Parts: sequence; C-alpha cells; structure tokens
Amino acid sequence: MKHVRKNLLALAAATACMTIGHAAFADELSIMASGGAWQDAQRKAWFEPFSKETGVKILEQEYLGDLGKVKAMVDTGNVPIDLVTVETATVLQGCDAGILERLDYSKIGPRDKFIEGSALDCGVGLDAYGDILAYDPTVLKDAPTSVLDLFDTTKFPGKRAMRKFPAQNLEWALMADGVAPADIYKVLATPEGVDRAFKKLDTIKKDIVWWDAGAQPAQLLASKEVVMTTAWNGRIQNAIDTDGKPFKIVWNNQILEYDMIAIPKGAKSPDLAYKYLAYISEPKNNAKLASYITYGPVRTDAASFVAPDALPKLPNAPDHLSGAYLVADTEFWGDYGEDLVKRFNAWLAQ
Amino acid sequence: MLLSPYPTAGERIRITLLWIWCGLVILFLLVPILIPVPLSFNSGAFFIFPLEGISTRWYEVVLGTQRWQSAIGNSLIVAFGTTFIATVLGTLTAIALSDEKFPGRRIVMPLLLSPLIVPVVITAVGSYLFYARIGLASTYAGIILAHTALASPFVVVTVAASLTGFDRNLMRAAAISGAKPLTAFFRVMLPLILPGVLSGAAFAFVTSFDEVVVVQFLASASQRTMPLEMFIGLREKLSPAITAAATLMMALSILLLLVANILSRRGRKAPV
Amino acid sequence: MSALQPSDLDRPALARGRSAAADTDLKSVSAALRRAEFGDRLRSLALAAPLLVLLALSFGIPIVLLLSRAVYDPTIAEALPKTTAALADWNGQGQPGDAALAALAADLSDNQAKGTAYELAKSINARLPGARSQVLKTVRKLENAGGQPPLDIMKSVPFWTAPGTWPAIASGTHRLTSFYLLSALDLRWNADGGIERVPPEQAIFLQVFMRTFFVAAAVTLATLLLGFPLAYLISSVPKGLAAILIVAVLLPFWTSILVRTAAWTVLLQKFGLVNDLLLWLGVGSDRLDLMYSRMGLIIAMTHIQLPFTLLPIYSVMRTIQPSQMKAAYSLGARPFTAFRRVYLPQVFPGVMAGCLLTFILCLGYYITPALIGGASDQLISNFIANYVNVELNWEMAAALSFILLVFTLALFGIFARILGFDRLKLV
Repeated sequence: MKHVRKNLLALAAATACMTIGHAAFADELSIMASGGAWQDAQRKAWFEPFSKETGVKILEQEYLGDLGKVKAMVDTGNVPIDLVTVETATVLQGCDAGILERLDYSKIGPRDKFIEGSALDCGVGLDAYGDILAYDPTVLKDAPTSVLDLFDTTKFPGKRAMRKFPAQNLEWALMADGVAPADIYKVLATPEGVDRAFKKLDTIKKDIVWWDAGAQPAQLLASKEVVMTTAWNGRIQNAIDTDGKPFKIVWNNQILEYDMIAIPKGAKSPDLAYKYLAYISEPKNNAKLASYITYGPVRTDAASFVAPDALPKLPNAPDHLSGAYLVADTEFWGDYGEDLVKRFNAWLAQ
Repeated sequence: MLLSPYPTAGERIRITLLWIWCGLVILFLLVPILIPVPLSFNSGAFFIFPLEGISTRWYEVVLGTQRWQSAIGNSLIVAFGTTFIATVLGTLTAIALSDEKFPGRRIVMPLLLSPLIVPVVITAVGSYLFYARIGLASTYAGIILAHTALASPFVVVTVAASLTGFDRNLMRAAAISGAKPLTAFFRVMLPLILPGVLSGAAFAFVTSFDEVVVVQFLASASQRTMPLEMFIGLREKLSPAITAAATLMMALSILLLLVANILSRRGRKAPV
Repeated sequence: MSALQPSDLDRPALARGRSAAADTDLKSVSAALRRAEFGDRLRSLALAAPLLVLLALSFGIPIVLLLSRAVYDPTIAEALPKTTAALADWNGQGQPGDAALAALAADLSDNQAKGTAYELAKSINARLPGARSQVLKTVRKLENAGGQPPLDIMKSVPFWTAPGTWPAIASGTHRLTSFYLLSALDLRWNADGGIERVPPEQAIFLQVFMRTFFVAAAVTLATLLLGFPLAYLISSVPKGLAAILIVAVLLPFWTSILVRTAAWTVLLQKFGLVNDLLLWLGVGSDRLDLMYSRMGLIIAMTHIQLPFTLLPIYSVMRTIQPSQMKAAYSLGARPFTAFRRVYLPQVFPGVMAGCLLTFILCLGYYITPALIGGASDQLISNFIANYVNVELNWEMAAALSFILLVFTLALFGIFARILGFDRLKLV
C-alpha cells in the first residue's frame, strides 16, 4: 500500500512537472537585447504590456555584441532565443551569413509604413536614434555647435571619445573635410574617398579615446576623462534626466540610425516572435518607447501617438532635423562594411 | 633569517629598504581591491570619486532583485561542482603523474596545462559548438565540464608540488602493516598532502567562480552567473551595482579564506 | 605507481629470495620486477585516466575541432559540387570554358537558395581579396535574372573571366588551406605560387604578436620585481605575521578580475586617485593619461598577475632551511655572497615557474586590455575575440589561436629543457 502511494505521488509529481514544463515552453519568448537604459525602456514600453496582454512570459538576455554566440547557436541548431535586438550593420551581416530569418512582413505590418531603411529583409526597425555629440558645459566653457567640432583640436583641446567602429566616424570625417552630406556615400564608395576620410581621422587620432559599449560615453564625460564624446542620444539624455548630469547634446550634423530586431534562424517560437513584432510595430505601441527613452518611432504613422512631452527630445523631432544631418545608408554599409571594418581595425592597430 | 648573525649598518639599511618596498607592494595589492567598497555605497550612478552621497541602494539592487539572487546561486552551483570534480580527479592524476614510471608524463603534463594556454574565447566557442551537438550547451553540466577543464590544471600542479616532498616508503610501510590501499591513502597520504589539495581546490573554485567568457557562451538566461552579471554591468550599465556585488564577493572570499585557513591548520602547514 | 598500493615487488620477491637458490632467484626477481612495474604503470594510468578522458572530451575534442578550421575549409568544395566536377579535368591554364561557368552559375543559385552564399563568398574572398562583393553581386543578379540565361549573366561580370579568379576557385575545391595560417603571420600566396609579405597597411598580426609578448614580458618582469622581495620577506618573518601577509596576497587573488579591472579604471582615470596622488606628490605638473594607455594596462595586469608569480616563489623559499644560510655565514660568506651563491640557485626553479605561469596567462588576456588599453594596446586575444564575435571569421580566429598555442608550447618546451622538467614547480 505504502508502495503504491509512493508511486502515485511520483507519478503525480512527474505529471505536474511535465505540464509546468510544457506550459512554460509554450508561452515563453526569449529576447536578447543590448542592456542598459535602452533595455529598461523596452521592458516598460513593450515587454511588460505585451506580457500582460498576451500572457506570454518574456525572458530577457543581454546581447554583448556577441554575434558569435548567435552564429554558434544557429550552426548547431540549438537556438534558445527567439528575438535579438541588433544594429543595422549586424542585421545585414547576419542576413548574408544566413543566421537571421528572412522576415515575412505580412505577419508584422505594412512594410511601406516604415521610414525608409528601417524595414530590412532580416530585421525590422524598433526605433530611430541619433549619433550625436555630447559635452559637459561645466568643463567645456566654449560650447561646440556641431558634431564636426570633434575635429577642431585648437578650439577644443583635450581628449574626445568616439565609437570604435568605422561607421559614423568616416562620414563625419568626410563632412569635416568639406564633403556635403548628400555626397558622403558617393565619395566613401571610392578608394580615394576612404583614404581621405582616414587621413582626416589621422589628424585627431592621438586625441581619441575609443568606446564600444553604449554606456561608456556618459561615464567618460562624468569622470572628465574626455571633454566631448560621440554618443547615442538616448544614453546621454538618460544621464541628464535620471542621474542629474549637466551634459548637453549637439544635434547639428547628427547621423540618424535605426535599432533593429531580428529572428535568429531556427528560433523555437517564431510565431510568438512574429506576434511580438506585430505588437511593437503597431503605430500606437511603436510610439510608446519614446516615453521611456528618447528614441523616436520608425513608423511614419506613429508620430501623432508620441507623448507631447517626449517629442522635443527625439532625434527625429523637427527641431533636430533643422540643421545639417545625415541618414545612415544601410545599403552602403551592407556592401562596403566588412572591408571598411577590416581597414579600420588595421588602422587602429597601427 | 633576515639578518646575518652580525649585521652591518649597510645590511640594516638594506633590510629597512626591503620592508619599505614590501609595504608599498602590499599597498599596491590592496588599494585597488578596496576601491569598490566605498564606491558601492555611492548614491550616484557613476564610477567616480568623490561620492555623490551615501546610500545602500546598490545593495538593494544586488540582494533584492531576482536576477542577482539567481546569479549568486548559479555561481555557487557551478563553482562547487567544478571544485569537487576538479579536485578529486586532479588529485588522482597528480598522484599518478608524480610516479616517475608514468608512461609519457613529459607529454601528458604540457597537455594538461594547455587549457591555461588556449585563449579562453577559443575554448568557449569550441566547447559551445561541441556541447551543443551532444546536448550539453545551456546546462549546468556543460558549464561545470568546461570549467573543470580550465580548473583542473591548477589542482594537478599544486598537488604534484606537494607530492614532491612525500616519502613513498610511507605507503609501503602502511601496506606491509596490512592497510588496504584506500585506507592507506586516507590515513597516510591525504593528511600529508592536504595543504596542496586544499590550495588546489581553492584555485579551482576561484577559476570557476571568476570565469566569464565560457559562461557567456554556454549559459542560457537562467544560468547566468555572478561574473557574467557583472560583465554585463560593466559593459552596458556601468552601474555601481557591480561594486556592491564585488564587495559582497570579497566578503565571501575572506570568509572562505578563513575557513580554508582553519581547515588547513588541521593539516600540517599553512595553505598557499 | 606505488603510492596507493604497495608494489607487489616487495612481498613475493623477498619471500622467495630467502628460500630459493641464488641463480634462479635473480631471474625471477627481474621477472617479478618487470611484472610489478607493468602493474604499477597500469595503476598509474588508471588513476590518471578519469581526468585525462574527461579533459579529452570536454576540452581536447572541442579545441581540436575548432582549431582544425584553420587548415580545413571544405566550404568551397561543398558549396560548389557542380563546379568541382566541371573543373576536374581543367589543366589550370587560361579559362576553364563555358561548361565550368555554367556549373558555377548553377552552384551559385543553389547557394543563394540554401542561404549559404555569404559563407561561400567569404571563403572565396579569403583566397582572392575583393571577391566577396563580386560573388554576392553575381548571386543577386542571378536571383533577379528575369529570363536572362545564367551564362550571359556570368559573362557580364568581368570578374569571372579575369585571370586569377579560376585558379583561386580551383584551389578552393581542395579542402585543405594554408591561407589562414599564412594570414596570421602576415603572409600570403602571390600570383606565381610563392609566399610573400602582405602590404604594410594590412600587416597587423606580427605586430600584435610582438606587442602581446612584450606586454607579457613586461608584466612578468614587474611582478618579479614586486613579488620576489615580498615572497622573501614572507618566508623569513615569524609565522603569525607571515599568515597575515599571505592573506594580503591572496585577497586580491580571490577578488574577481572584472572587479579589479573596474577598480583600476577608477584609479587610473584622468581625475582618478593615482593622478591625484601624483599631483599631490608634485610629480609632473599635468595629469597623465593613464587610462587607455600601455602603461595603465601593464600596471593593471601586474596587479592581477602578482600572486601568480609570487606564490610559486614563496612555496620554494619556504622549503629552504635557514640553517643553510647560517652555515654560509659561519663559513665567512658576506650576506650578499651567501644570498647569491646559496639562496638564489635554490629558489631559481620557483622563480622560473612563477614567471612562466604569469607569462603564459598574460598571453591570453583580453577583457583587461579591452577595458583599460587604448586602440593600440589590444592583445592577440582581443583580435581573436573580435574574429569570433564580430567578424564571424572563425577560421582566422582558429589560425591565430593555433599560432599562439605553438609559440607558447615551444616556449614551455624550451623552459622545461633548460630547467629540467621536474624542477618546474609551478605552484
């Protein structure tokens, strides 16, 4: 009798485990995002409301720039993540490398309602952000008026921080060298143009501190390690708004880019992933992120849903597009990115 | 032994200089690890002195959030698992290798050390690719296995070092007196090499407890360890939460160090 | 292996030795000896086997599989089966003809459909720089052909009829490649089939290897200068004080490398404590840029490695009897002479072991250089990590690791030979 009871208990426990396990498997969506204030904002704007609405539990992972891990997952057919937030360049690279799923826009939303360049084959835009210049006015008495002041070491002596990546830096270098924003990518497509950009960067190379994680610029400014830094506008705004730092943002000559989200090949719950993509691509929801971090919507029809107090801080707010600016050319970086990254790394190492 | 029997003035100066130099070295060793302690009580969100204010908000983050709690738990599971396997197997191997008759020990030893030499990124990718095929990726077993590879060289080396002073005739004596091999091992050999085994275990523990690259590849979201959580913090958030975590880890280290010290006093010598 | 079990040499041989005649005795003793030795070896192997097997499975196989990517690259052969067949009887001279071109077009379309075109393009690019964009361009054209015959499309891209293209593809249909290993040494094949240096603006790895070895050597030397006197002091003070000092050494050792690296960023930054101290001491008039510099990197790595150098030295020093030095003094040796002639030779193996351990561990650093070093202070592991995580070029990462492994093992071999293997007391 005792025996039977024990067996029954074990059976019940096993069944319970199986059902729990099964339920957990069916209703979990694993999202790899790149951490920091940005992920916090996504959690409030999207993860939590989506969970509440659909009952799907969202498991968060941080993306540490390790596309290698995603490749390893796809290569071995063991893909524990359903969605990954990445940069545009990574989407193109991952798409070519066959590690990201080609998206079916009929399950997401009308592709033509996205800002140009923000709906790619393997990734859909989450938000628009600006590559801007930030400085601390208590340190730098003379206010810079353009991102291109990076290259003016006589008027603004001291270290400046730039991202350890060729994109944006090469564009700014050419702009500082007198190329009009409209011609940047034409010039950069020629070997002479690339040489010209690197030559311009050479003039300030010894004054540059390189950052590669999005949170570093604010830390570099706060510790006064540098007098000015390029940055993603949201990270700086976050330091101003929540940490009370006196930083200032220079919008003139900003470069507009899009954050992307993609489905790795072989993801376990692609249907849930699409459900999530459709959810965040709805104009109303798309505009919601702007209330938590100052990144703008990527849907052209989302502007009217942006909270009025959030609007003035967005990179694609009318005020910030009144000066010179450049929209990053995703196709250009798709074609030339790999070679330029290689050249950039060799240039850095020398 | 510092001074010769009849120290000259010059010698006294040299000894004084030695003390000063060593004092500076100790400062150099300790100051950087004490830095996180005050920073962990910073109320601001940046890594800078002077502190903006005093608060325990970062401790609340570390101890109060489920993420950090599970990270601490995961770290302990992985580190204790690794330490156990690496210490047991590493000790056996060291005993085997300390016998000069062991075939090919000149080749085996460098091979055993190679986990220290291969860049850990390569170890991480290599083990991920292989473990994923055999179903070990994203499991505790997988992480523990990979960490055992990284940690066991330390055990082999420390135990082998402590065996160089071990007189094998003691084991023969034990056998002749009728002790079974296992009894002889536990009653004769182990007590004598215990300091070596314990320090090997300590090394193994630290190696696993501090490892981030392999974990980054092999762990799924639910297996995130403390160093990985800190690495994420360092790269992406730079929040002083990691200094709070560091301070807690240091407190734990001191505790472990004390325990190891007490344990080893029951052995023969102080541990190294 | 007699440690766990007494060798069976003793009992039977000794027992017989008393009873049997002397001449047969000699034979049986040596036979018993051989048997016993054989048994000992088996036992040793059995003891070591669990770890060896575990390491072979958990570490050996994965690493060999990954490193083999440096020389074994079947991508092209697997991606271009039709082309491989079509090239079978090509003599390597001139152009292989339309059949091969058509086969290639078919293969390219297949790859596009399977999503492997990028891997293929990358692999061809490895043999023929610049080929990547040409391959992808052609693939896209084939995809949007709109009825145009594939052969015409192939001919419309001059790249496919250029000299050099087909030899590269043909070489790719063999599965073994030396390209990545050569690249890791800044070398490449030239058009005449010889090996040449790559142009200076592309040559980075030799420089990075040199830099890695330089940083490792500098850190090793620094840890020795700091660690040796401290080890000496600890080994010669009374036990209680020694225990406290040892804790001071071990405490950083037990603190996460990440935390120590973060702490050093706080210390080294421009308005950090080190600069404050230097300014207060009146050393220099301006704040130094220690962060993102080689100096800062070496300081931080020295801090992390110091216990690794110190502990082996200390463990050897502890075994040296003070009476030896006393004997030297009583024989009239001056303190310095006694130290140099009696003490140093004995601690030498410990010094070598500590230095070797630190040197080897330094070669693998990458998180600390990434966070504290500047762009020109990145070590070889940073490049390996970059190839793994960012560029997804695992072949190149494998080649660099392989070269690093060979250098390091060679170094280990040299040390082991100079010192004698058994004197390498590593910890």
